[in-house]
Amino acid sequence: MEKTTYNFKEVMSKPERLAPGHRMCAGCGGTITVRTVLRALEEGDKAVIGNATGCLEVSSFMYPYTAYEDSYIHNAFENAGATLSGVETAYHVLKKKGKIQDNFKFITFGGDGGTYDIGFQSLSGAMERGHDMVYVCYDNGAYMNTGTQRSSATPQYADTTTTPAGKVSAGKVQVRKDLAAIMAEHHIPYVGQSTFTSNFKDLYTKAQKAIYTPGAAFLNVMSPCPRGWGYEPSEMMNICRLAVDTCYWPVFEVIEGRWILNYEPKNKLPIEEFLRPQRRFKHLFKKENEELIGKFQEEIDKRWEELRNRCS
Amino acid sequence: MAIRERLSGNEAVAYAIRQVNPDVMPAFPITPSTEIPQYVANYIANGEIDTEFIHVESEHSAMSATIGASAAGARAITATSSCGMALMWEELYVAASNRLPIVLALVNRALSGPININADHSDSMGARDTGWIQIYAESNQEVYDNFIQAFPIAEDKRVHLPVMVCQDGFITSHGVENILLVEDDKVKNFVGEYEPEHYLLNEAEKMAIGPYAVSNYYMETKRAQRQAMINAREVILEVAARFEEMTGRRYSFFEEYQMEDAEYAVVIIGSAAGTCKAAVDEIRSATGKKVGLIKIRVFRPFPEEEIAKALSKVKAAAIMDRSEMFSATSGPLGAEIRAALYQAHSTVDVVNYFYGLGGRDITVSDFEKVYQKLETIAQTHVVTDMYTYIGLRSTQSEEV
Repeated sequence: MEKTTYNFKEVMSKPERLAPGHRMCAGCGGTITVRTVLRALEEGDKAVIGNATGCLEVSSFMYPYTAYEDSYIHNAFENAGATLSGVETAYHVLKKKGKIQDNFKFITFGGDGGTYDIGFQSLSGAMERGHDMVYVCYDNGAYMNTGTQRSSATPQYADTTTTPAGKVSAGKVQVRKDLAAIMAEHHIPYVGQSTFTSNFKDLYTKAQKAIYTPGAAFLNVMSPCPRGWGYEPSEMMNICRLAVDTCYWPVFEVIEGRWILNYEPKNKLPIEEFLRPQRRFKHLFKKENEELIGKFQEEIDKRWEELRNRCS
Repeated sequence: MAIRERLSGNEAVAYAIRQVNPDVMPAFPITPSTEIPQYVANYIANGEIDTEFIHVESEHSAMSATIGASAAGARAITATSSCGMALMWEELYVAASNRLPIVLALVNRALSGPININADHSDSMGARDTGWIQIYAESNQEVYDNFIQAFPIAEDKRVHLPVMVCQDGFITSHGVENILLVEDDKVKNFVGEYEPEHYLLNEAEKMAIGPYAVSNYYMETKRAQRQAMINAREVILEVAARFEEMTGRRYSFFEEYQMEDAEYAVVIIGSAAGTCKAAVDEIRSATGKKVGLIKIRVFRPFPEEEIAKALSKVKAAAIMDRSEMFSATSGPLGAEIRAALYQAHSTVDVVNYFYGLGGRDITVSDFEKVYQKLETIAQTHVVTDMYTYIGLRSTQSEEV
C-alpha cells in the first residue's frame, strides 16, 4: 500500500483531477490540498468526490462548469459526511447486485467551518459507521467563504470579522479544537494531520494511505488562506514551514490507534515566527499584548508535549 | 390471489418495503415512525432483503445520506415523523431540486412545541412547498397501496421528484386493520427494476450534482421543477390505473364519497375521513339529507380544477384542516380550496375548521354538527368566521 519511494517529479506529472479554470483565489491552500489528495488516487481508479458548501464548492462547481474530472456531489454545508456515506453505501449495494464492475473511491472535502463546526455531527456519524471513505478537512482556520468569521478551528487571539481585535479585545478568546485527535478517538483505521511541506510528500503519502486503507479515514490539512490570514500569496510555503517548525501544526498520523509523529523539528522555533508574518496576529505585537504571545507559546508547548507522549 | 392479513400502518409500509427491496435506507428513530426502520432492520437481519441500512445519527443525515445514495444510482428511501422531518427541511428542498426519486414514509405527527407525539398534519403541511409530491391515506390499506405506487410515480422520467407517503400517526400507523396485500412478484413487477439515466456511479459517464447556480440559472431550475409537478398529475393517474388493473382498488387525486347528489360537503385529509364517512352514512339513512365527502389523497400536486369541479354543485362546504399555518385566516387546505373555488368563479359558501391538532379526537357527532352548520350556512349565506374550531377547550371556544 505505502510506496517506499516518493518521486516528486513523477507525482507532480500525474494527470490533474481538478481542472484549471475554477475560481478559487490565487495562492489558495484549499485548492492545493484538493489537487494533492486527488493525485494520490491510482490512475485507473474512479472516484466520487464530495464537498461541503464553502469556498471550494462555490468556486469549483459553478453551473454549468465543473472543475472535477471525477463524479462529484455537493449537498449542503453540514452534511458532507452523511452525503458521501450514502454514496458509498449505494456503491456497495450496486456492486453486490452486479450493477457496477469498476472500483470507486470516495473522498469528500470540507472546510473547517463545515467540518469542525456545523458538519461535526455528520462527520462523526460517518466515521463511527466506518464507511470506506476519506473525509479531508482543508483547514484554513475560519469561515473564509463568508468573509473570515471565527470557527472552532480558528487559533486563539486571531483577528477575525466576528472576533475582531479592538480596544478591549485581543481577538478570539478560545483555543482551537483538536479535531484530528477527536477523529482518532473514533478508533477509525487512519487519521492523518498534514500541511504543505517542500516536496508534498507528507500530504501525498497520507492521502494515499487514507484512500487505500479500507474503512473510514480522516485527513486534517492546514491549508493557508492568504486573504483571511493576511500574507502575500507567495509566502504560503514559508508559512507552512513555520507552522510545522514552531509545532503550531504538528504533522502526525494515527494508524489503527498507533500515534506516529512524522516530523520533529531539530530547532523548535518560537511561535512568534509563525505569528509575525500574518495580519490576523498583528495586534499581538503591540506592547500591551506581549504576554499573550507567551500564553500562545504555553498552549503550543502543552499540546506538543501531549502529542509527543501519545506518539512515544 | 391477494393475501388477507391484519397489519398496522407501519407494518404495512415495512411489508411493502420488503417487497420493493430498495437498495439503501438511511433512517433515524422517531415516534411514531420508528417501527418502520425496526421492521426493515429485522428483514435485513434475517436475509430477507438486500437493502443496506445506514444507521445515521440524525434525520438531517438520514435525508442527506438518502440523497447521496439516490444520486449515486440507488433506489433509496427513508421514514420519519414530525420534528424528524423538520430537521430534514433543508434537505427536502435539495432532494426535490436535484430531481431525486426518493420515497419517504412519513408518519404524520404534530410539530413541537409543546412536544406532542400524536397525529396532526403540521409536519407535512409545513413541507408542502418543498417540491415533494404528497400522497395521504385514510386507512392502512391506502398507506400500503400508496407506498407501492410512489416508486413508479417518483421514478417516471416525466416526473423525477421525491414522494412523501403520509399516514396519520398512531391512528393508522399503530392501529391494526384488515388489509389485502399484493403478492411479492406482482409488487416487484409493478415497481420494476430501478434504472436511472444519470447517476454518480455510472461507469459510462461522469456526473456532477449540486452546483452553485447564480441568478442566470436558478429560476429555470424552479420552472423545471414546476413542470415535473405538472407532469406528475398524469403520471399519478396512469400509475393508479395500472394499480387498479392489478388489485381492483381505484385511486385518483381524491375520493368522492356520496358526492353525486351532495348538497353539503366536507373536504378532509387522512384518517378522520373514515369517521366522516360514518357521519355521512348516518345522516343519509336517518334524515335523507344529501351530505357527502371529498377526501384528498394527492395534496401536491394540488388538484385545483378537479376539486373545484367536484364542489361545483354543493350548497356549502366545510374544509377541515388538521394543522395550523398561522396566517390568522385559513389553514393550508382551506386556503388551497378557497383559491381553487375563486379561480372557478364558484359562489359556494365555505367554512374552514381546525380539528384534531396534536391528536385530539374527532367523532361522528362532531361531523354531524358540521353538516348541520353547513345547512344553516346554505340557508343564510352567512359565514360568520373564516375559520372555526372543533373540540377546542377554551372560553373563546368556537365549537360548533
